[in-house]
Amino acid sequence: MSVPTLPELRCTGLSHHTAPVEVRERFAVEDRHLDTRLGALLDTGLREAVVLSTCNRVEYYTFGPASQMLDQVFYGKQPSEGNPAVYRLEGQDAVRHLFAVVAGLDSMVIGETEIAGQTKKAYQHAVKANATGGFLNQLFQRAFAAAKAVRTHTRITRGPVSVGAAAVDLAEKIFGHLGERDVLILGAGETSEGVARSLQSRGVRSLIVSNRSHDRACELAALIGGQALHFDDWETACRDCDIVISSTAAPHWLVLEERMRDVMRHRPHRPLFAIDLAVPRDIEPGVGDIDGVYLYDMDALQRLADQALSERRQEAARGRDLIEKYVIAYLEWANSRPASAALSSAPGLNAASAESV
Amino acid sequence: MQEKLALIAAGFCFLAGFARTMWAVGAHRYHRSAANLLLNAGGFIFLTLFLHLRGQALGKCPLTNLGEVLIFLSWATVLTYLVVGSTYRLSLIGAFTAPLVATLLGLALVFDSGPPTGPPAPRGTLNPWLETHAAVSLIAYGVFALACIAGAMYLFQDRLLKRREFNEWFHNLPPIHTLAQANGRLLIFGFILLSIGLSAGFFVNRETPTLKLMLSIGVWVIYAVIILLRSLHALPERRVALYSVSAFLLSFGSLVWMEFLRT
Repeated sequence: MSVPTLPELRCTGLSHHTAPVEVRERFAVEDRHLDTRLGALLDTGLREAVVLSTCNRVEYYTFGPASQMLDQVFYGKQPSEGNPAVYRLEGQDAVRHLFAVVAGLDSMVIGETEIAGQTKKAYQHAVKANATGGFLNQLFQRAFAAAKAVRTHTRITRGPVSVGAAAVDLAEKIFGHLGERDVLILGAGETSEGVARSLQSRGVRSLIVSNRSHDRACELAALIGGQALHFDDWETACRDCDIVISSTAAPHWLVLEERMRDVMRHRPHRPLFAIDLAVPRDIEPGVGDIDGVYLYDMDALQRLADQALSERRQEAARGRDLIEKYVIAYLEWANSRPASAALSSAPGLNAASAESV
Repeated sequence: MQEKLALIAAGFCFLAGFARTMWAVGAHRYHRSAANLLLNAGGFIFLTLFLHLRGQALGKCPLTNLGEVLIFLSWATVLTYLVVGSTYRLSLIGAFTAPLVATLLGLALVFDSGPPTGPPAPRGTLNPWLETHAAVSLIAYGVFALACIAGAMYLFQDRLLKRREFNEWFHNLPPIHTLAQANGRLLIFGFILLSIGLSAGFFVNRETPTLKLMLSIGVWVIYAVIILLRSLHALPERRVALYSVSAFLLSFGSLVWMEFLRT
């Protein structure tokens, strides 16, 4: 059975695969300019259009005859020179690309789900602007369904893919729900701030910052909504906290095994998650041998993130296989429509269900 | 015949649940689903059916031979799993329970001497203290069995966390703190039941063999010491888990020995 083609359906754009951020940002379309841009596209003879503009991609999904305006957008006044960062996909390639994009298979961090929300927003914007019709409505609704199937039937979203997410993942493996957990941050560096923010996003109860420079501790505490603590008192505070993040610039071990054994005696039945982000390390490696203490340094967290990313890449292949049937189904649906349907594909057609996606 | 079929069906349910989980974990396809719970619940229903049929035939609680004791213990373990597993939402605990129960049932098939040949015991001749003593003590052993499973899972997860082995088991085992809490509470609950069961034994108007009495009290003392040390904060959770596993193996061994001697 031959796969039907759909030459009037196009995706023109650039992404993190083809262009660095300084190029992408030149082509980005702000929300407030979307209506104007969509209106201008339809004025050039295109029958339907959706503009997807995120920090990692700018893509125009269009249905209708080729538009010179898109050439001007991407190639400037001299289209003959071309732009190597720009890709133009037609028919089934465009369909397949959109389905992969919405499922997170084409994202910088494979499996991230933010792109699905961004695409929904772009699509809804186009619907409100009356810029979509039968072909793009069906295309996007099927793309959302395909993305949901990929997320459900593969493990593309599983596992942490950054150091911060790895710390959160491990904390949840140790404590379960983090709502009643207290975090002590030793040192006020950017790395510990990032990890602390990741933990904060999962609802940890409190954040305490202790630094040799108390002023800097107060600054970071104010920034992340925590409390500052004098550096002399961190060991006492350690008895009550559940997670310790250390990233001081100390040239020697700050958290010693012997002292931590004493600390653990004061906190029975409570595990301690120690995260050492400093180089050179702050926490004596022997601390990890104490019962109930789980010590992870930067390399271990990175390894967990790398492993998850590698697993996601493997799952991406399964995801691409999965969306193939959705691609075929869409093309068959498009092909089954009478020829007049393409010509009469009027913006606003079949858009009623767009609000529900 | 019906009894044996019920027992085989129960064993099949537990083995199927175990095999399914092993396959899913090995193929990196494990995710929480109702399948394991349903298989364990199915096994539990078949065990209940067996105990009902055997109880009807005997006219009393079916604890007359080692096989019946092992089946009753399996039933108590699965009952505790069904209650605790849903309370703590301990993913995978069913997979750890299933092989233990399947092993117990395999042993039961060997040691069960079959249904009684004579008529059931007439009503009014039963000793309620004896029935209470035997049934509650065995339910306590079932609770200890699940504490042992939670302890084994704790030790496994602790090892993975300490060695930083981020494999499929690591991703699917419950949080280690939850396992520690479940283990601690199961130990206490099992100990309370065992105390009630043993206390009922003192009201049984029958001479108890000294060896059985000493073993029973020995098991009670072992669990009492573990719980006491844990509540005095003298034991880290890893040790509690280790002792929970060891104490169950020891008490199970003594239970089998006692029953073996009795029958």
